[in-house]
Amino acid sequence: MGHEFVQLSLTPLLIGILAAIACALPGNFLILRRQALIGDAISHVVLPGIVVAFLITGAVSTWPMMLGAAGAAVIAVILIETIKRLGRIEPGAAMGVVFTAMFGAGVLLLEQSDTSNVHLDVEHALYGNLESLIWLSAEGWHSIMDRTALAGLPPELPRMAVVTAIIAALTLLFWRPLKISTFDEGFASAVGIPTGVLSFALVVAAAVAAVAAFDAVGSIIVIAMFICPPAAARLMTNRLETQIWWSVAFATLSATLGYIFAGHGPLWFGGTNAVSAAGMIATVSGAILALACLFAPHRSRTGAPREG
Amino acid sequence: MWPAFLDALLLQSGYNAALVAVGAALLGIAAGSGGTFLFLRKRALVSDAVAHATLPGVGLAFIVMVALGGDGRDLLGLLLGSAITAWIGLVLVEWMARRTRLAEDAAIGAVLSVFFGFGIVLLTVIQTMSAGRQAGLESFLLGATAGMLFQDAVVIAVGGALAVATVYLLRRPMTLVAFDPDYAAAYGFNVKRIDLVMMGLVMAVTVIGLKLVGLILVVAMLIIPPVTARFWTDRTDGVIWIAGILGGVSGYVGAALSASAPSIPTGPIIVLVCFGLFTFSILFAPGRGVLAAVIRHQRFQVRVHRRQGLLALAHGEPIFDPLTITVLRRSKLIRRDRVATEAGRAQAAKALRDEKRWEVARRVYHDEAISGRYDGLTPIETVLTPDEIAAIDREIGGPTTVGGAV
Repeated sequence: MGHEFVQLSLTPLLIGILAAIACALPGNFLILRRQALIGDAISHVVLPGIVVAFLITGAVSTWPMMLGAAGAAVIAVILIETIKRLGRIEPGAAMGVVFTAMFGAGVLLLEQSDTSNVHLDVEHALYGNLESLIWLSAEGWHSIMDRTALAGLPPELPRMAVVTAIIAALTLLFWRPLKISTFDEGFASAVGIPTGVLSFALVVAAAVAAVAAFDAVGSIIVIAMFICPPAAARLMTNRLETQIWWSVAFATLSATLGYIFAGHGPLWFGGTNAVSAAGMIATVSGAILALACLFAPHRSRTGAPREG
Repeated sequence: MWPAFLDALLLQSGYNAALVAVGAALLGIAAGSGGTFLFLRKRALVSDAVAHATLPGVGLAFIVMVALGGDGRDLLGLLLGSAITAWIGLVLVEWMARRTRLAEDAAIGAVLSVFFGFGIVLLTVIQTMSAGRQAGLESFLLGATAGMLFQDAVVIAVGGALAVATVYLLRRPMTLVAFDPDYAAAYGFNVKRIDLVMMGLVMAVTVIGLKLVGLILVVAMLIIPPVTARFWTDRTDGVIWIAGILGGVSGYVGAALSASAPSIPTGPIIVLVCFGLFTFSILFAPGRGVLAAVIRHQRFQVRVHRRQGLLALAHGEPIFDPLTITVLRRSKLIRRDRVATEAGRAQAAKALRDEKRWEVARRVYHDEAISGRYDGLTPIETVLTPDEIAAIDREIGGPTTVGGAV
């Protein structure tokens, strides 16, 4: 058990958990600010960024692609704002216009360019390949202390860990201004918090989390983790602090259970092949949210008039 | 490329290409006009949830059809399956937004990602089935027109025609609900049912668009044409039909482009044609377009500078602002040495006199409708009648000549 687990399951599991947490943290604020679909939009628009980076460098290398993806995300946010202002269009529609057009452009570029000899296609972008991020050089638990074995770690793991740490640190550092401006933007700007900058920074942080997670696990997990764990957590408590902890717990649970079900679930039903881990993680997070919707203590709307 | 494109536009590049082009045009018309209500209701992104929620339905339908001993690739069966899960997704969005304290956008995102994720799980299950190796269900993600059959085109055509007919028949109640649900309810319309029809329409368009543009991009056909049409008109009827036409044109031109160059996938190019029309509209549409706004702003600026310049002339003050000088020079009100011309003196006198008239008018008329119109630019003749102006003139005395020299 130990040997095989460390070699085949430990790293994908850790990467999945880290990606889930990195997305769930900013997701809490996005949900409270009614910007939940920013995550959806970002995960679509990173495709053209990645393809353009590939066309420029001619290779599937990580950093240019991350830069391209982040650039595309920023361009998309600016475009959405521009269209909203210039055309006086509601945010949802502006978002829909921008992300579909950019995704379409990404697919078109991808089909036009010769990517047959590299591993870059739309399916990969959508559901990643969590299962392939194995730690081949590991021989068991003791490899964690072994330098040569550690060198063989999939590079996604340290990268994801760094990004998650940064996002967690930023959340802690800007906790007060974030919390105040999320709940009462007018009050926040009255006490001198630059709400516009903060709001943009939140979107950028979400984009960084999305891009890093996207590279490792594909965009489905990104969208699901931005929304499902924080939404479920929102139904569990009235306190933001508690909500964050719940969301981290739900994200971890989704990633763990999803990964296990994807790998072993089919065997229980007599199947022989594993199913998509990314899809399963999203499904589990949805199941958790469904349970929260049905049974969580703070699920119903209070204080507000019922919408008819 | 050009001759091939023209051939495709004129439906001359083969049976299949013509089929795809006509199908895409019909789908575009249905999507554009049907999407209008979604846009007016400010729920454009609900269509994204619906579109992603079709994927598990496609997978389940395939599994069920294979289990029943069928082929599994029958388009009608797959579309039926996708419609069922899309409907479930839609109901869940409504339920979450209404029954829990989550906002609609969170509900949309949750349904979208979870259904899509589950759909991917089903696709990987199907890949391991013996019948599933060649299923090609991935084509529903981004659409595939290469192997379209005549019966597929018929499905799209009939579905599109039904959707357009529904829009036509129900445009009045749906408009009413989109603008003012409470009023519609008071008027005796069943708002909930009309909302359902609206969503059913969106779902129908999504489902028939799956084969052609794929579930990720079909959203674009529902959102972009109405947003574009909104730039050209302020009337709902106008938006519906313009959106329909824009959608139809994008579908047709996009399909023709893709037929003329085999490496161009149909779905993305249709979306990009659509986005091109949008970009053109946001820039050049009269009234709401960017160019129109820039021109409006410049005209306003010129009027302000002209007015301020004339008043400065009347008071005999020197003018320093370069734009004011340019404006006055261009309409030949001052000479090169900044001395007022004959016409300039006359207009300056009139401007000063109007300013005095306004002063009196604002003192005399406490009515907001009159004194509130004063902005330094509105000519007093447009607000007061000639005899009212004459009464004011009696108070301030006869005209005086101004600004003989600087």
